[in-house]
Amino acid sequence: MWDTITNLLPLVGAALHDFLYGFLPGWLAYLLLGFIFIVILLVSILNTVLAFIWLERRGISRFQVRLGPDRVGPMGLLQPIADAVKLMTKEDIVPAGGDRAVHYLAAVLVFVPALLVFAVLPFAPGVVFADLNIGILYIIAIGSVGVIGVFMGGWASNNKYSLMGAMRAVAQMVSYEVPMVLSVIGVVMVAQSLSLEHIVQAQELPFILLQPLGFFIYFAAASAELNRTPMDLLEAESEIIAGYHVEYSGMKFALFFLAEYANALAVSIIVSTLFLGGWKLPLVPPYIALPLKIFAVFGLMLWIRSTLPRLRVDQLMGFAWKGLLPIALLNIFITGGELLIFKGYPSWLALVNIPLAALILFIWSRLFTIKIRATATSARPAPSARNV
Amino acid sequence: MLADYGYVGLLALVAIAFPVVTLLASKILSYIGVRPQRPSAVKSSTYECGMDTVGEAWVQFNFRYYYYALLFVVFDIETVFLYPWAVYFRKLELFGFIEMLIFILILVVGYLYAWKKQVLEWK
Repeated sequence: MWDTITNLLPLVGAALHDFLYGFLPGWLAYLLLGFIFIVILLVSILNTVLAFIWLERRGISRFQVRLGPDRVGPMGLLQPIADAVKLMTKEDIVPAGGDRAVHYLAAVLVFVPALLVFAVLPFAPGVVFADLNIGILYIIAIGSVGVIGVFMGGWASNNKYSLMGAMRAVAQMVSYEVPMVLSVIGVVMVAQSLSLEHIVQAQELPFILLQPLGFFIYFAAASAELNRTPMDLLEAESEIIAGYHVEYSGMKFALFFLAEYANALAVSIIVSTLFLGGWKLPLVPPYIALPLKIFAVFGLMLWIRSTLPRLRVDQLMGFAWKGLLPIALLNIFITGGELLIFKGYPSWLALVNIPLAALILFIWSRLFTIKIRATATSARPAPSARNV
Repeated sequence: MLADYGYVGLLALVAIAFPVVTLLASKILSYIGVRPQRPSAVKSSTYECGMDTVGEAWVQFNFRYYYYALLFVVFDIETVFLYPWAVYFRKLELFGFIEMLIFILILVVGYLYAWKKQVLEWK
């Protein structure tokens, strides 16, 4: 009975698989099964994204001691749907002198990779849309395509603010890509596989305890990739209005908006999968455990967003190249050394790794603050002389 | 495995179709009069806080961005080598460890040079 409850999703999937292959020719059953899974995937992604939008708006309102949206539906629950209807029926503007085709194409190109990432994410044991053995590599490769869409959007708008936002976006996303990619390598070394399914199964203890440094780097770099508030220089309202999507309205803006939250959802799932044990939780079926973790991770991102002020450009780039990159490289060799000395990577290493990570972060941040203060006291060029 | 790649391709098709269909639907809404579509010279002018724009938007950009692009290419290619190494690390053992240490140290020399040259400084 308990087995049936925990394995509900794979059982339903297998039943559907057998049913379709039972009376249809192979290729048709294959296609039909694919489409059914895509529809389920798409509906759950869009619904979770709407939930995230509601949660973010209500949550931030609570953090800022105000009510937030509360008119549409109970507790404003229908607000995202009202927004969607409004954006759908809003006038669509292509700015004069902008590149019309690229302006449209950018919105599509931002959205497509945001959706494609979900193909390899495991939701329960055996429940994954496409179990590629290069899962993480696929996520990283697809995830970095979005930058091109962002830059196209900024460039096609024929607006100085959006071009500045786009240039900042590319610089920021490209810089944080490097520590993000490097921080996953520690996990891959311990799990010995690139497939996310295997990585979840390899976690007897969640990797956040065994790889705390990797978790910190991944989380910091991924939230920079998402352009959320402490690092949202590319859409800093007070300087460049909204960055690369100033000139977007209507459905095209909705696509940018959806892609942003779909990316946030993807990162929440990836963090839960790589570091928090994915669908594994004692006494809780997988299809409840994973959503719990996803919302916990998103709540953490929300908390960070409403707590920290925006960084300066030099701080942001410095944090990626001087702060995160060296510790990410260090993390690889610490993990490597530990794997050489203790062959099986036993669970008690968590007791060593957590203080070690805290120590490294403490020492590195000390060195780093001294550096920043030294540059701050030396003669800096006036802000107007600085380039974008 | 090949079947799984087929599913990724299928998802790619749907992922492209979704924004295209929503954009088309929005377009159709403007034809049946639900959505307004009345562009004017003022409305489609560049949004710059009410000011008339001065000059082109497609200007030359700070060379600093290209330093970061170059560094990114170097380190991203490094990670391409690191991933297969990480998967087989336990089989490669000490040889693999020292080999990768040397590889990374060569890159770190270049990285430190860039740091000393103040390429990483945003000015």
